[in-house]
Amino acid sequence: MKFLEEKIFKLIMIGAAVIIMAVLAYIIGTVFYKGLPSLTWEMITRIPGGGFYLGKEGGVLNATAGSVFIITGALVLSMLISIPLVMYINFYLPKRSFFSAIIRFSLDILFGVPSIVYGAFGFALMVYMGIRASLLGGIITVAMLIMPIMMRSLDEVTRLLPRDLPDALLSLGSTKLEMTKVLLRKLMPGIMTAVLLAVGRGIGDAATVLFTAGYTDNIPSSLGQPAATLPLSIFFQLGSPVEEVQNRAYASAVILTIIILIMSFSARYFSSKFLKNK
Amino acid sequence: MRKIRYVKDITARHLMLGIAIFVIVFLIIIGLSLFFKALPIMKEKNLWVLLTSSDWKPFKGDFGFLPYIISTFYVSVIAIVIALPLSLLTSIYLNSYASGSIRRFFEPVVDLLSGIPPVIYGVWGTLTIVPLISNKIAPHFVDFSTGYTVLAGGIVLGIMIIPLLISIMTEVFRSIPVEMTDASLSMGATKWQTAKKVILRKSFPGIIAATVLALSRAFGETMAVLMVCGNVAQIPHSFFEACYPLPALIANNYGEMLSMPSYESALMFAAFLLFIIVVMFNGLSRFTLNQIEKRYQFS
Repeated sequence: MKFLEEKIFKLIMIGAAVIIMAVLAYIIGTVFYKGLPSLTWEMITRIPGGGFYLGKEGGVLNATAGSVFIITGALVLSMLISIPLVMYINFYLPKRSFFSAIIRFSLDILFGVPSIVYGAFGFALMVYMGIRASLLGGIITVAMLIMPIMMRSLDEVTRLLPRDLPDALLSLGSTKLEMTKVLLRKLMPGIMTAVLLAVGRGIGDAATVLFTAGYTDNIPSSLGQPAATLPLSIFFQLGSPVEEVQNRAYASAVILTIIILIMSFSARYFSSKFLKNK
Repeated sequence: MRKIRYVKDITARHLMLGIAIFVIVFLIIIGLSLFFKALPIMKEKNLWVLLTSSDWKPFKGDFGFLPYIISTFYVSVIAIVIALPLSLLTSIYLNSYASGSIRRFFEPVVDLLSGIPPVIYGVWGTLTIVPLISNKIAPHFVDFSTGYTVLAGGIVLGIMIIPLLISIMTEVFRSIPVEMTDASLSMGATKWQTAKKVILRKSFPGIIAATVLALSRAFGETMAVLMVCGNVAQIPHSFFEACYPLPALIANNYGEMLSMPSYESALMFAAFLLFIIVVMFNGLSRFTLNQIEKRYQFS
């Protein structure tokens, strides 16, 4: 009897796992199936021409470039905060200190704050500081979103470092700052993983940039100009009643998916590298 | 020479301390600024009226959030109902049945599912789930449905929270001492009996915490849900009616509300509400999960 139950439940469990894999394949498959036919070289390399939103010529380079600009800026900002913070928690504070527990806890909560709330807060902040929807606004808001993500994955790899490494460095008479510099080099693949994860998350998020970055058909040339983003471009094109424009939305979705796939797999590559030469 | 090194070290230490304090205060800053932005509408209207009225006429000054709150709740509950059994079964399978190679194969699957942007989920939802509901499922229950429904939102959202659930649950399962499951197995219990009677019982608080965490993620998800759930401000009476969750409300109306201070304040109130709920849920479940992790480290 119990072996029958065992068999039945094992089948159900395998079924559940297969369903999840099938759904993933279905999602990626659908996007590629719908998008690939409309994906042309022009889509990738041109900005929207006249009548683009009526199905005429042009591409989504404005959105791709805007997304890349925003994520680059946001990445720099969030690295400036998260790397020192992780080093501080792991190397400066005692191992089970109350303070580091509080920092980790508040980062856990920041991690769970929805992107739309960051968007609304970013917008309120910009109104307060007198910035209009612009590249700068997008950068600040996306930095808020990806900072907890980076910090968490950095923290995870830093905790994996052998404990005697810092001790060895300290015993040679280095200050903690010098020790941290050496260990940072050791952590490089881990930092790469964190960066790629954060980029993947930040580049795909629409709700944060919806009010903060604005939208434009041109490639922004300064921080004060509005910037288009790939997810928003997909969203707006999909809302169009013209079929060619909708097809372009699917093609843009393919571009975004390919970016995400590359990010995800290289993150995995770097993290396996880190685990290997640990 | 020696002195400069120490000055550098001390400066760096203080800078880092400053950053650490900033990060802790940041959460409070977000909460407070949303609160003050929402204050005008809370002064104008009774808080109870805001939360329980279903009149939404911004241009007449009626702001009732009930349809949005109920929509958010329905969509999230459907998502959990779909995602929880799937991820629970999969996590048990990965934990106590699957070989190392299957586990390694499954890791990128979970990674990718969590990495796919909400907009892509939305595109997929409009391409597949919406027509499926409108053509195949809904006709069995109601006369007509556009497909842009509570159910569509729930299904898409359910898939989006699966990776979060799986990654937390596998961690919770891992925190159960091997001796315990070994003891059960050596008494002649099958793997499923062990899973049912030992693993599930032992990790029950962790599973609850994971569910609450996933629920709060579901509350805040914006783009994907917005694209498939129809966005009609009404209290949905069945799964096959359109709905309008809170995040979608904020996202859709942000551009046009600037001219009206009370409208802006009302949307900020929505964001504040979302923030408070999510922070509470997150705080509770993270606390529980940390407790579990701690027990595992010391045992």
